Amino acid sequence: MTYLDHAATTPMHPDAIAAMNAQFALVGNANSLHGPGRAARRVVEESREAVAAALGARPSHVVFTGGGTEADNLAVKGLYWARRAEDPRRVRILAARIEHHAVLDALFWLEQHEGATLDWLPVRPDGSVTAASLEAALAAEPQTAALVTLMWANNEVGTVLPIRELAEVAHRRGVPIHSDAIQAAGHLPVDFAESGLDALSVTGHKLGGPLGVGALLLGRETKLTALQHGGGQERDVRSGTLDTPGIAGFAAAVTAARAEQPEEYLRLCALRDKLIEGVLRTVPDAVLSGPPLSEPGAKPDSESADRLPGIAHFCFPGCEGDSLLLLLDARGISCSTGSACSAGIAQPSHVLLAMGSTEELARGSLRFSLGRTSTEDDVDALLEALPAVVSRARAAGLS
Amino acid sequence: MSGGVDSAVAAARAVAAGHEVTGVHLALSRNPQSFRTGARGCCTVEDSRDARRAADVIGIPFYVWDMAERFHADVVDDFVAEYAAGRTPNPCLRCNEKIKFAAVLDKAHALGFDAVCTGHYARIVDGPDGARELHRAADPAKDQSYVLGVLDARQLAGALFPLGDSLKSDVRAEAERLGLAVADKPDSHDVCFIADGDTRGFLAERLGTAPGRIVDSSGAVVGEHQGAYGYTIGQRKGLRIGDPAGDGRPRYVLDISPVDNTVTVGTAEELAVDALDAGHVRWCGPRGGDGFDCLVQLRAHGEPVAASARYDADADLVTLAFGASVRGVAPGQTAVLYDGARVIGSATITATRRAAAVAGA
Repeated sequence: MTYLDHAATTPMHPDAIAAMNAQFALVGNANSLHGPGRAARRVVEESREAVAAALGARPSHVVFTGGGTEADNLAVKGLYWARRAEDPRRVRILAARIEHHAVLDALFWLEQHEGATLDWLPVRPDGSVTAASLEAALAAEPQTAALVTLMWANNEVGTVLPIRELAEVAHRRGVPIHSDAIQAAGHLPVDFAESGLDALSVTGHKLGGPLGVGALLLGRETKLTALQHGGGQERDVRSGTLDTPGIAGFAAAVTAARAEQPEEYLRLCALRDKLIEGVLRTVPDAVLSGPPLSEPGAKPDSESADRLPGIAHFCFPGCEGDSLLLLLDARGISCSTGSACSAGIAQPSHVLLAMGSTEELARGSLRFSLGRTSTEDDVDALLEALPAVVSRARAAGLS
Repeated sequence: MSGGVDSAVAAARAVAAGHEVTGVHLALSRNPQSFRTGARGCCTVEDSRDARRAADVIGIPFYVWDMAERFHADVVDDFVAEYAAGRTPNPCLRCNEKIKFAAVLDKAHALGFDAVCTGHYARIVDGPDGARELHRAADPAKDQSYVLGVLDARQLAGALFPLGDSLKSDVRAEAERLGLAVADKPDSHDVCFIADGDTRGFLAERLGTAPGRIVDSSGAVVGEHQGAYGYTIGQRKGLRIGDPAGDGRPRYVLDISPVDNTVTVGTAEELAVDALDAGHVRWCGPRGGDGFDCLVQLRAHGEPVAASARYDADADLVTLAFGASVRGVAPGQTAVLYDGARVIGSATITATRRAAAVAGA
């Protein structure tokens, strides 16, 4: 099997499996006052410290959630409500149409139900958003801005946004900024304190941890209205009994990812560039999405990366992405069209459309994503299968 | 794989027969409903999930193919246009001709597949000259050869119907044995894209109301209607005209004239047809000669009747003369021609000739 869909979910790190296995058979609610409860609490707090250390945050910044979508919803809705409660004029949310649906659909919901106005920042053809465009949008009517939300790195095409610059602009205007760093956290040196962000979403299963657990890193002074009410376990902004095994696994994964990141970054960049070069060589009319390739011989630097090391996204003109996926799947190669599905029906990717792609070209999109277990053999298997698959999909055409 | 029991068992049998099988669910609705309502429809998200679960159990890959645009253009729009023109279409035949064994088959061929396998009840038989023949199913109650009568030889060559030799009850039992959760799912009926079964309401939404007269065969006005498209030739119920002649005899729709928006009604005798013309002729196998005797089926569950056929190749027209007159024959319906159990071909009715003369018809 050739698994090239690590951006959808990636295998668990052995450290995470071990950490979870150590917890499964134990009893204890981290909020109970007795011995087993204290033992669970200790695991949770050590995990919190580990997550914080790995992501450049303080333990008190870490709000554990049930995954990335929850973290995004909590950030976007919670910040909006808190900001508007302080000043009813603050109803404008600055964002870009490249966001993941976890943010995008939360924004649309706020627009439909909570009177939010969505101010879309221009997206450049490479998928990026500039600090200058944010500055211009904020300068127009700074008093109406509720929050800014801009992802750290895009999940479909892999473009990395200049988060530090964007956060600086937002702060100059006194507007809180959230970033969905779900794809970035495992692959780039994501540092909460250094980023200047007020809120940052991460999730376990994209970086070698378990499904169903994530965190919102939230500034200590940042006001946020709770979404989910109950025991108030996490700073009173997130309720629910803490998932001790999941949190332990998440912490182990993020720790391992961070430790391995400098080397893994270089290894994945080399694999990704080999994949990109191979695809463009074997299918000359394939269109690489995202930033242009860096000069041959340029030394990859994760601090200044403009694309994620693990994502290579293409459009294959005249092909249906679904056909490509089916044909590759039949050959044991797993990848993604990268676009959202409703009832399994592919829609042209909103990310590609935001980047200025035509609907027709967007229909032929395919995302290959690499991770910790990816090897040269995976890339070779893809490159061997791809030319025949593309010509066959092209014959099937756009239905 | 519609999400129903028949296509699930067909897929399982194709796997058992040694084929490399991929499950495909067709998304035919632009805005799929979340759940099935009653036994109608085939295109909800729930149906798609049922199909996916069946594919899981059978152990085959599964994809949803979005055919909504094609389906809408070739089947739904055609359905509405046919009614607007005073004809009575059968969208299932249209779907088999244009979607399942055309758009889907072509895409499948291009992707490297050899055939489209469905849960239709019909048999494909190797004929004496090696050509494939389409035959009625072994289960007379489930036989679907009528709705497949539009397939030509090329389409038939790319079709597999593994259920043709089985009784429906056996298929359900087999689904149960295989652990397919759809084993007891009710059969679907009616037009799949009209979820509530209200064809008249569906047409009214698209064609608007157009009040007009209901007249009898002498031209006397006996009632009013809200749109001639809401009527089908042979229809008896829902006319709301009472007993116009005071003779206590039921009245049937004899004719629908969209030009003057008039519906003509009359007695059962007046409804009788003894000959018809049909165009858009499709031969399932070797085409019939210029003149031949055959059995004709005029609707999905109609009884076959004897007829002599004359084919005019230049006009692409089949003329059928019935031994005994038939009732409830409407332009737009498809006449499927059989030689015993074998489907010869099909044609769409363009004109009927009444045994009794009818004014205005």
